[in-house]
Amino acid sequence: MIGRHRHLIGLEDLSREEILQILTLSTSMKEVLRRPLKKVPTLRGKAIVNLFFEASTRTRTSFETAAKILSADAVNWTAATSSVSKGETLLDTARNIEAMRPDVLVIRHPAGGAPGFIAARVACAVVSAGDGAHEHPSQGLLDLYTLAEHLTRVGGAPPQAPPDFDTLAGKTVTIVGDVTHSRVARSNLHGLTKLGAKVRVCGPPTMIPPGIEALGASVHYHLRPAVEGADAVMMLRIQHERIGDPLLPGTREYSKVWGLNERKVKEWLKPSCAILHPGPINRGVELSPEVADGPQSVILEQVENGVAVRMAILYLVSGGAPDQSTEGAARA
Amino acid sequence: MREEAVMNAQAIERHLKRMALEIHERAQGGELAIVGIRRGGVHLAKRLGHELALATGREAPLGTLDIALYRDDLSERASAPVVGPTDIKFSVSGKTILLVDDVLYTGRTVRAALDELVDFGRPRRVLLAVLIDRGGRELPIAPDVVGARLEVPEPEQVEVRLTEEGAKGDEVIVKSRGPA
Repeated sequence: MIGRHRHLIGLEDLSREEILQILTLSTSMKEVLRRPLKKVPTLRGKAIVNLFFEASTRTRTSFETAAKILSADAVNWTAATSSVSKGETLLDTARNIEAMRPDVLVIRHPAGGAPGFIAARVACAVVSAGDGAHEHPSQGLLDLYTLAEHLTRVGGAPPQAPPDFDTLAGKTVTIVGDVTHSRVARSNLHGLTKLGAKVRVCGPPTMIPPGIEALGASVHYHLRPAVEGADAVMMLRIQHERIGDPLLPGTREYSKVWGLNERKVKEWLKPSCAILHPGPINRGVELSPEVADGPQSVILEQVENGVAVRMAILYLVSGGAPDQSTEGAARA
Repeated sequence: MREEAVMNAQAIERHLKRMALEIHERAQGGELAIVGIRRGGVHLAKRLGHELALATGREAPLGTLDIALYRDDLSERASAPVVGPTDIKFSVSGKTILLVDDVLYTGRTVRAALDELVDFGRPRRVLLAVLIDRGGRELPIAPDVVGARLEVPEPEQVEVRLTEEGAKGDEVIVKSRGPA
């Protein structure tokens, strides 16, 4: 259970306290991840199915690694090699997998709402690993964790100190790119505003959804004013299928107007500004290679924190069912 | 809820001093490191470490163990237990490890702590020191060094309150349901 929730579908559903519960636990999980023997028996005997209807190596591997460190059995089920190509419906697939008695279903689906749809119809816990242009909650959480870690360090804390999630309050984070089609942007927007950060979104007008101000973001169409003074900049991946589409004329133009290179970073960004990217990077499009590998990039920290955050998520959704009694829990 | 103080600050200090001497004797010939079990054992481990340093003139490395990820009751509980930080910066291999907790009861916490400890390496020996042994073991686990033994019946709780955790003074109390 994450607070009151049996499932993790989106950060929109979570309260500030529930988000903090996951983030605080992630610090303990990160310590496990850095031990010489990276294995704890916590979820022994639990079965976790990664049900992926869309290609994703990073997120699937991250969930799989998280499950294995916690001693759960992780099974991967990928649409390309499965009965989906034979015409099975989403619900039939989910019911068939449910009949194999998993404890947690991790679902990635190209249609927004698919994990929520399945969560309402199965007995096990459901964790969204990204659905359409809706949300990518574990990515949003790992971004919050990485940002807090960076801000805690910049704030002068000793190097071993755990991240202080209150440091996000009042800070400015700019999200740049195809915000309309980005589930990463949407999860971050919900998470960041709940932790008190100010969010700016920036991109070509064709890629900023109308009405996004209602979610608490300020809108910019030019990169410079959007990133100046920001404490962190999150560059979204430009999806190749959008290129040539009326939304975006070409990668060269995109890179020139909305991409970050060394010169822009030096002239426009604060020296302490962190640069994030959910991966995989289009080198030379959103980020020049010098920026992606530069001192302000926290992209590889994001990947490491992703495993810790997903361990925390799997641990919380595996623990207990709503109607069980707590009796005997205090005996130690 | 009725509360009865069973040990005051002076008694706790006296017990810790004696325990330190016993530990010093029992840990002879090995390289000692101290690991406190969260949360009750952490401050006691620090105090024992201090007493031991006075007796031996050497500071033993100090670590903290949180056993939440090693519990045996995850699927029996309504919500997943809170996980605190584990912090062991030294190698445990070859050392004599002194595990410290405040109250020894069912033995399940110590079982979990032993499992977690051996995932960090292979200690030469592990000793268990507790301030209070209240009986009621559910596993074959015995302490090596004990502050005091109390026979406390099942529904009652033993609580060690220390100034490090915000208590006004150090004390051990027994809580029971009954007339105030």
